[in-house]
Amino acid sequence: MTGVAVTGAAEGAQPGVEPVAPQRRRRLDERRLVAALFLAPAALTVLVLVAYPMASTVWLSLHSSDTGEFVGAANYLRIFATDTTRHAVLNNIVWVVVAPSVVTALGLMLAVLTQRVRWSTALKTILFMPMALSFLAVGVTFRLVYDESPQRGALNAAIVAVHDAFAPPSKYYGVAPRDGTGLVPADGGYETASPVPATLPVAMPVVGLPRDRIPSDAAPAAAPAAGTDLRGVVWLDFTRGGGGSVGAIDDTEVGLPGMRVEAVREGKVVATATTDGAGQFVFPGLSDGEYTVRLAATNFTEPFRGVTWLGPRLVTPAVIGAYVWIWAGFAMMLIQAGLAGLPRDVLEAARVDGASEWQVLRRITVPLVWPILGVVIVTLSINVLKIFDLLYVLPPDSSQDEANVVALEMYRVSFGGGLDYGLGSALAVLLFVLVLPAMLFTIRRRRRQRP
Amino acid sequence: MLVVLVLGGCTIGTPDAIDPSLGNFAGRTLEVVATWSGAEQRNFQAVLNEFMRRTHATVRYTSGGTDLAVLINSRLAGGSPPDIAFIPEPGVVAELVARGVLTPITGTAAQAVRSNYSQAWQDLGTVNGQLYGLYFKVANKSVVWYRADAFAEAGVSPPSTWEELQALSRTLTEAGITPMAAGGADGWVLSDWFENAYLRIAGPERYDELARHEIAWTDPSVVRTLELLDEYWRTPKFIDGGPSGATQTSFTQSVANVFGTEPTTAMIAEGDFVAAEIRRLNQVTVGEGARFFPWPSINGSPPAVVTAGDEAVAFHDTPETNALMTFLASPDVARIMASQGGFLSVNRNLDPSSYPDDTTRELAREIIDTPEVRFDLSDLTPQAFGGGTDAHMWVLLQNFLDNDISPTDLAQQLEDAAVHDFAGRP
Repeated sequence: MTGVAVTGAAEGAQPGVEPVAPQRRRRLDERRLVAALFLAPAALTVLVLVAYPMASTVWLSLHSSDTGEFVGAANYLRIFATDTTRHAVLNNIVWVVVAPSVVTALGLMLAVLTQRVRWSTALKTILFMPMALSFLAVGVTFRLVYDESPQRGALNAAIVAVHDAFAPPSKYYGVAPRDGTGLVPADGGYETASPVPATLPVAMPVVGLPRDRIPSDAAPAAAPAAGTDLRGVVWLDFTRGGGGSVGAIDDTEVGLPGMRVEAVREGKVVATATTDGAGQFVFPGLSDGEYTVRLAATNFTEPFRGVTWLGPRLVTPAVIGAYVWIWAGFAMMLIQAGLAGLPRDVLEAARVDGASEWQVLRRITVPLVWPILGVVIVTLSINVLKIFDLLYVLPPDSSQDEANVVALEMYRVSFGGGLDYGLGSALAVLLFVLVLPAMLFTIRRRRRQRP
Repeated sequence: MLVVLVLGGCTIGTPDAIDPSLGNFAGRTLEVVATWSGAEQRNFQAVLNEFMRRTHATVRYTSGGTDLAVLINSRLAGGSPPDIAFIPEPGVVAELVARGVLTPITGTAAQAVRSNYSQAWQDLGTVNGQLYGLYFKVANKSVVWYRADAFAEAGVSPPSTWEELQALSRTLTEAGITPMAAGGADGWVLSDWFENAYLRIAGPERYDELARHEIAWTDPSVVRTLELLDEYWRTPKFIDGGPSGATQTSFTQSVANVFGTEPTTAMIAEGDFVAAEIRRLNQVTVGEGARFFPWPSINGSPPAVVTAGDEAVAFHDTPETNALMTFLASPDVARIMASQGGFLSVNRNLDPSSYPDDTTRELAREIIDTPEVRFDLSDLTPQAFGGGTDAHMWVLLQNFLDNDISPTDLAQQLEDAAVHDFAGRP
């Protein structure tokens, strides 16, 4: 804008008589003054809003925030001496390497594929829509998507549903024998501590079954009648409201039907039985000798609880996933614009020559849109380096150390409790230095493109 | 709510008479900042409205939310601090006093504090022998909330000792109920566990010494406390979601796991403010379906309460600031706040009948009657150690819950962090 104003002023000076030397100088001074006047607001804005804060940040980064003393590079050295800050820098490297390339690759795939489908405009609009959401909103939403509880987290709900379709949990998971009732853990199940004679009924009291998981066909437990075959009872040894006696069948206690029981002799399962409604089981034909009676492990298979997405190990990939979700549509749109400008005759010639679609993509399309892919990757790299909001909102506090990146650490050390503006400013300067190459690349490209 | 409406009506109506004990401050403007927002802010606005009615001053409230320290620091840097701030961490108040930006409480305000607050609470507001802070709103953090129907189903009653709590927890697991919820994703929940156990194991004197870092965190009392927590947290099925699940659970979620629509758990050890969450969830009634018992005694320790609170401090030495301080220290204000619920006061001239229900009254009575009241230890330490999401004590306790770190190792890590964080302390 100021450029236009200056040329305008210069043109205004053109007409008139041939000026003599002193007049010309005055004219020149006048023009300079006008130029300065027009430039002043912009220059002032840049100075106050950009130059001053930058200088101030550098100044702060060289001083201790406790004492205000000049400390030289000490704050910068602390970045690499402290575990959390070093981890933040490493995470940023992971982000820059992974996120832009995944987004670009996905964007390219989507751009190529959406060219070929019907309703492609509608599809593209949907894919582009996440761009309209704020990172904060996406962070909150994905916090729910990644929630560990399958009842709340959409992703874990889906994974658990698929898992359970193939390997459903047992109906008695979480159930265990009472302490001191002669049953010990064995191979994921529980068995009698020592072999029992077949003539003696086996009492197997267990606890820990919530009320809502007691089977509907469970009948009041009863001690088995004496008999010659190996027999026993498995029952829920807990009286609701308390007051039951340990290891004995009380009035309101129920048997556990459908429990798989194994008779083991010399380490080998010799017979299996299943309990009835009252929790009783019989091994017909096992009438002499001693057996170890075991509640099989298959009774106690724990339900699959899904994946701890936002735990220390998976939190960075999980947040990158949310980032990809937002930006893939954007990359697709840019690449699509590039694809539209490709010379069709080259593509068609390749197809006529018998190239497969994959070959066309790899040998022709990608090399031709490569400049655009470069722009997308560089733009995203700058964006990824200073990523903050998604990481501030998405991971729970307990995983923030593991999810940390430089921009987040900058905020945390400055305002999160330590009020360490020195270290915070040093991190800000480091971030600037990291963004610089990508910025220079973009600026140079622009220059080259100019006529 | 009713009070707000009534008072609102007053300010709009005919000009009210000036309260001579406070003074006429027509045309003067005051600014107050605190962390409160939402319902808490609305309740507090009723107090400010009453002050405006009595003095004709204009008072503006600014909520700093969880970033209150940032707000105050940036305002100080810009040379325009608020007149009064409510600060939850005495450690921060001490830092502000050391920087020379706070004004001591003097004159009528000091008289009001002396006549309405016990010596212990005056001492908590005193830095270097000068009274700076007035404890306006306090919390009772030595509380375990439980679901009455879960206890009935398991046939257990509230415990009074640690051993009873363990036995009761075991009985609950036998009934198929998870005993305890812990919102370990919020670090302060775990530091509250530590503080309650430590106060009972080490006693009040050691507690004070540890808060000032006069004894090391490697002290045997710290290790014993960590061992006790480790044993309880790691007993299978005691903690909702197991240790790693608990570090993923926020405080709000942990309350919902006990008192929400699909309760899985019987107890939650957190402060009186859990009641507000229970009311919001609206599934059980506080005092009936949701009850509390005091944190159990360990090795015969006497009753002890860990509290926290918002401390009002002044940045300007002006008559109107002094008048507002005087007013905040009065039983009138305590009554306005108490009657609206969700508020505990340590103003000893407050009539307990001002509280809306028995549960709140009981929670407040414990703070006032228990001889051994101690302030939340993490809030007494420097911010970098105990005062934020990034604070070392919080993060280390979260690591302790989630990972297999031995109590001795954790004590050493805490000590290393404390040596670093207490170093720059005034």
